[in-house]
Amino acid sequence: MIRESGRFRVVRYVAYVVFGLFFLLPLYSMLDFSTRDVATGARTGKAWAALVQDEVLRASIVTSILLAVLTTVLMLALLVPTMIWVRLRVPQASRLIEFLCLLPLTIPPLVIVVGISNVYAWVSYLFGNSAYTLTFVYVVLVLPYSYRAIDSALSSINVVTLAEAARSLGAGWSTVILRVILPNITSGVTNATFVTVALVLGEYTFTSLLNFPQTMPYVIAAIGKSDAPVSVAAALGSLIFATLLLLLFSLLGRRNRSAKEA
Amino acid sequence: MSKLSKAAPWAGLLPFMIYLVVFLLAPTITVVVGAFQEDGRFSLVNVNELFSSTLLTVLWKSVLLSGVSAIVGAVLGAFLSYLIVTRPATSVVRRVVTAAAGVLAQFGGLSLAFAFIATLGFSGIVTKAVSSSLGLDIYGNGWIYALPGLTLVYTYFQIPLMVIVFLPALDGVRPQWREAAVSLGASTWQYWRQVAAPLLTPAFLGALLLLFANAFAAYATAAILVSQGQPITPLFIRAALNSEVMLGRQNLAFALAFEMVIVVSIVMAAYALLLRRASRWLR
Repeated sequence: MIRESGRFRVVRYVAYVVFGLFFLLPLYSMLDFSTRDVATGARTGKAWAALVQDEVLRASIVTSILLAVLTTVLMLALLVPTMIWVRLRVPQASRLIEFLCLLPLTIPPLVIVVGISNVYAWVSYLFGNSAYTLTFVYVVLVLPYSYRAIDSALSSINVVTLAEAARSLGAGWSTVILRVILPNITSGVTNATFVTVALVLGEYTFTSLLNFPQTMPYVIAAIGKSDAPVSVAAALGSLIFATLLLLLFSLLGRRNRSAKEA
Repeated sequence: MSKLSKAAPWAGLLPFMIYLVVFLLAPTITVVVGAFQEDGRFSLVNVNELFSSTLLTVLWKSVLLSGVSAIVGAVLGAFLSYLIVTRPATSVVRRVVTAAAGVLAQFGGLSLAFAFIATLGFSGIVTKAVSSSLGLDIYGNGWIYALPGLTLVYTYFQIPLMVIVFLPALDGVRPQWREAAVSLGASTWQYWRQVAAPLLTPAFLGALLLLFANAFAAYATAAILVSQGQPITPLFIRAALNSEVMLGRQNLAFALAFEMVIVVSIVMAAYALLLRRASRWLR
């Protein structure tokens, strides 16, 4: 190990402080701003109370959480069986599936919005004009991140051997996927779930341009024009929620790992 | 094996394929075809308009915003990665930085915009603190709601993204290489100049391109912060879709979206090439 000079040590600590300030200041400002009365500058919990008291905002939080759940379920239902199937039966298709899953990184959400009106005319004809139909585009949005999470979990186990063992004992394909392989890739599934929930709770492009004013991000943006502290409180609240979720998932992941090692 | 039994496993991919065709490929094809149409007939009107001075300026500002925020984010992010990569994997600093980068990179554009409104907006905490303690007006004419402000706000998510992308590459640089260089008489500068830099350049440039594409495609932050005018391409698309001034210019929106796809595809293709090169040494 090559030791660093004393002068570089100073640079290191100064840099920590500067980076820390840059990243923490906006977060601190959100907290301070959302607990102050704009006119008088006095402390008040009004903005945070509005998160549960304001009917529209409260309803939108529920809608967005439900939307996150629906998106997670549809994403998992679509992606997990397909990815396992590719590894077991059609490994030639793995590059194609990877390409398709990563494609949304190259086609920005804004582009999908611009081109999707025909598809959504059909969607609202079939499912009604509900904000929950956003689930369909949100699955596409989270695809690259979910794919990577599940792919790395699948790479760390021997899918083919597990499946052959189960099949030779008489298991059907659904048993292989749901009861043999799925329990072995929980870390990937939880990571994919976290990313999905975080993205859906903050997604603004689709909900605003496809005109679904029922979701939380839409409502936060709309309130921001008249009552900024409430929007800031809601924005900080959703960030804290996402952070707690990430902590929870990483704790769960660690427990799983130590249970396996024991 | 009969043809049928060969094709059967592919049938298992059908639900996924159909889903992506409907919700990803169909919209993209609509955009590409629509860009070359007007009133339902083939036309170059909209694509030609992309080269009008107004739209070229808008594109240039988009490129400028993405480029500056990507370069600043990449340089600072690489520096931060370097600071923590030399710490042991168990150190508190390293854990805190990687976890924070994970959360902040997922920081939705919407929350981010409000974070900066609360910090540097008209009645923002920093704006007020500076004016009451130093008597300075840092709000000015509302620069935070224009291109300079957007650049600053974008940097806030570019740095964490850089840490996530670049840290694995830095981790791949083995301490033995430095020891080997030093034992052959290299100075620290020579080691960086002749060993580390050539190894890390593809990874750095690749990450830089990823950051560029990330900023170029971003919409939410700008949509919240900039309510007047449309300085960058994504906001011009919003105007083409919504505003009454440009009512019926659906196909101009297609052309602009097509332009975005072209720019992002070129950047991402270059990224993939660099990534392949970077992985030759660093794994």
